[in-house]
Amino acid sequence: MAEQKAKKKIVPNKNPMPTQDALERARNFNEVALGYSEETVIAEAQRCLQCKNEPCRQGCPVEVDIPAFIKLAAEGDFDGAIKKIKEKNALPAVCGRVCPQENQCEKYCTLAKKHEAVGIGRIERFCADRELQKGVTLPEVAPPTGKKVAVVGSGPSGLTCASDLAKLGHEVTIFEALHVAGGVLMYGIPEFRLPKAVVQAEVENLKKLGVKIEVNSVVGKFTTVDQLMDEAGFDAVFIGTGAGLPYFMKIPGENACGVYSANEFLTRTNLMKAYQFPEWDTPIKIGKKVAVLGGGNVAMDGARTALRLGAEESWIVYRRSHDELPARKEEAEHAEEEGVKFAFLTSPVEILSNDEGWVTGMKCIKYELGEPDASGRRRPVPIEGSEFVMDVDTVVVAIGQGPNPLVPRTTKGLELNKKGNIVANLETGATSKPGVFAGGDVVTGAATVILAMGAGRTAAKSIHEYLTNK
Amino acid sequence: MFKILEKQVFSPIIKLFVIDAPKVAKSCQAGQFIILRIHEEGERIPLTIADFDREKGTITIVFQEVGKTTKQLGAMEAGDYIKDFVGPLGEPTHIEDVDTVVCVGGGVGVAPVHPIARAFKEAGKHVIGIMGARNQELMFWEDKMRAACSELLVTTDDGSYVRKGFVTDVLKEVIESKGKDNIPLVVAIGPQPMMRAVCNMTKDYGIKTIVSLNALMVDGTGMCGCCRVSVGDETKFVCVDGPDFDGHQVNWAELSLRSAYFKAEEQKALERHECKCGCGGGK
Ligand SMILES: Cc1cc2nc3c(=O)[nH]c(=O)nc-3n(C[C@H](O)[C@H](O)[C@H](O)COP(=O)(O)OP(=O)(O)OC[C@H]3O[C@@H](n4cnc5c(N)ncnc54)[C@H](O)[C@@H]3O)c2cc1C
Ligand SMILES: Cc1cc2nc3c(=O)[nH]c(=O)nc-3n(C[C@H](O)[C@H](O)[C@H](O)COP(=O)(O)OP(=O)(O)OC[C@H]3O[C@@H](n4cnc5c(N)ncnc54)[C@H](O)[C@@H]3O)c2cc1C
Ligand code: SF4
Ligand code: SF4
Ligand code: FES
Repeated sequence: MAEQKAKKKIVPNKNPMPTQDALERARNFNEVALGYSEETVIAEAQRCLQCKNEPCRQGCPVEVDIPAFIKLAAEGDFDGAIKKIKEKNALPAVCGRVCPQENQCEKYCTLAKKHEAVGIGRIERFCADRELQKGVTLPEVAPPTGKKVAVVGSGPSGLTCASDLAKLGHEVTIFEALHVAGGVLMYGIPEFRLPKAVVQAEVENLKKLGVKIEVNSVVGKFTTVDQLMDEAGFDAVFIGTGAGLPYFMKIPGENACGVYSANEFLTRTNLMKAYQFPEWDTPIKIGKKVAVLGGGNVAMDGARTALRLGAEESWIVYRRSHDELPARKEEAEHAEEEGVKFAFLTSPVEILSNDEGWVTGMKCIKYELGEPDASGRRRPVPIEGSEFVMDVDTVVVAIGQGPNPLVPRTTKGLELNKKGNIVANLETGATSKPGVFAGGDVVTGAATVILAMGAGRTAAKSIHEYLTNK
Repeated sequence: MFKILEKQVFSPIIKLFVIDAPKVAKSCQAGQFIILRIHEEGERIPLTIADFDREKGTITIVFQEVGKTTKQLGAMEAGDYIKDFVGPLGEPTHIEDVDTVVCVGGGVGVAPVHPIARAFKEAGKHVIGIMGARNQELMFWEDKMRAACSELLVTTDDGSYVRKGFVTDVLKEVIESKGKDNIPLVVAIGPQPMMRAVCNMTKDYGIKTIVSLNALMVDGTGMCGCCRVSVGDETKFVCVDGPDFDGHQVNWAELSLRSAYFKAEEQKALERHECKCGCGGGK
């Protein structure tokens, strides 16, 4: 197109994302960000400068060909755009919604130096949603190789690994502990950020590729990784069991009623649909004032969920200050708009409860920021004598998760690190056990959807090599 | 989907199902449990594996109707299907190397204690079984327990069958007559107050006592922490670290408060379930 050759006029600002009104959405579970219209997506795509050196691409962990798909989108060729995206990214409808773009692709966008970055994630989401609505054209599947691969866990790493291997003609079975596939995408990330229908549409597409999904199957219990290989005839195994083990603060009172791990709080709400109790059978119970401990995405999800469940006040209680919040910027902003309050430089030391065992308050202490620590962030230092009682009746602990030990404990010869994560070569996914590969949060510790997908893809590649040479 | 192959009604509120679940039956062991969900909107509830048949690929569960889900389950018949059924979960009971063990089952706790007693007996131990129920109507599996134990003692709270007395009364008599040094281990399963009472008593005698805890659960895989319980100085997850624990170390007061966590909600669900006004609750 001729006009793109000429020096382009810069449009400094991103097209705003239409969202549900903040106060209204804070009380419902419908998706917050409504998505671009076709007109807006073309306008946004046209902001892209088509930089020759493709800086944005380095920021994407799976190296989506960003300039190319945006060019196609700008021309209105959304079929072409989604095809381009899918060369690298198996779950674009998910990533377009939940990638921390400001730290990844959009961070490196040329426009971001002086203006606002191109809304790469938003364009990606539009193309993916449009395809899901239209009905996905399935990729070609290679003729059967006769090799069988077991994938343990159906989070983004497992789904991606399974999809790639199926396309290469291998017979893939996913074993998932819960009653639905999707991992954190189903039980953790709330409906209002990632509609479950979007995840299930992706899972259905995977089944169409011939992947078998066995839910209600806890590996390490009904069978072991060794048995899968020795008895059930699998030629290789991919472990993508995530980081599902919730950490607690280990402070007095933490087992009181009204104290949830973020996993329990979010699982009851998202997976078990407790927000629709009693139409759905699983209950959840919160008081008037909820404190969520932590400052990451999980904490933001907890605090925003609490509002939607009817809390009068929902607080983020974080040991450091606003600048150190590890959550995606957009999530923290959305939380603030919705009325979530923040208690920075604060950390609990004890949870108080009444005779019925229910939380009545949280004894906290104030912190100040000291010298930078190893991570480069200023280290919070407790202020002596600053103890006070925060008036709350529900506490959600969102201070992080570790790897679930069920699989490592029951698999012979699998090397682990000190934290219990599986040791795997990041370039191949290979573990210390021949034929066993691993990736995603179980290897890296809690990270991101796109990194987990990348790891699933990397492992699929080396599993294919392993099977071909076997 | 998991088919109910057989249903037995022990009493209006205690029922047995045999379920077609070959994957679970293949590897399960005494002391482990399953989690089931009846239908799409259903709750995940844990139930102990009361028996299994590896060849037929079946699992037996025995349950007491206490709330919405168990009542709904109780209304199902042979031939019906359960949507989700996952297991075996939890750690198997450790079959300790002792000469003699007393296995105590109270109420519906007779079902979960049964495979444990059998496993001890198969390992060549002398198993003294004690089973009790509130009354004769609620008594079941006397024959199976008799087969699983070396000797069996039966009691009812109201004396309507065999004798009058709590299982703790019988246990005390056994300990006194055999001598506490000849009873190195007690396994007790039943309602929380019963297990707690057994532990209080055996503590005085210094007899190690294993209990199977029934904390509230969601996933049953160690992911949510709902099932946490204080044992000694540590917080444990019942679903993956248990369900068996040293009863003398368990913080029973905390467990009992946590078990009542959702009482109001459970009540609401039950009332709605039993409501026949057409509001949709009765489904
Ligand atoms: C609340 C929350 C919000 C988040 N928000 C974001 C976000 O906005 N953006 C972002 O990029 N990332 C976010 N993340 C992180 C992201 O979701 C994870 O990094 C990612 O899901 C990891 O993928 P995974 O495939 O490694 O494992 P998971 O998604 O954890 O999936 C693992 C699966 O394995 C199953 N499993 C475990 N053990 C067994 C077993 N023994 N047998 C069979 N199955 C087993 C589990 O049930 C689960 O389904 C968030 C995480 C949480 C918890
Ligand atoms: C590992 C484990 C094994 C179990 N095995 C058996 C079994 O073999 N047979 C059996 O009848 N029951 C067993 N239970 C208890 C069973 O899970 C509950 O009775 C069931 O979840 C109640 O569901 P509901 O919807 O019918 O009742 P709800 O409406 O949820 O509860 C009604 C009443 O039951 C109590 N209750 C709820 N959940 C539990 C629970 N998990 N444990 C104890 N009390 C509870 C509530 O406090 C309330 O008083 C087991 C529990 C666990 C954790
Ligand atoms: S996958 Fe994520 S990081 Fe990559 S281009 Fe898409 S939104 Fe950006
Ligand atoms: S850096 Fe930004 S402007 Fe340049 S090609 Fe990438 S998205 Fe377009
Ligand atoms: S039931 Fe969720 S951790 Fe035990």
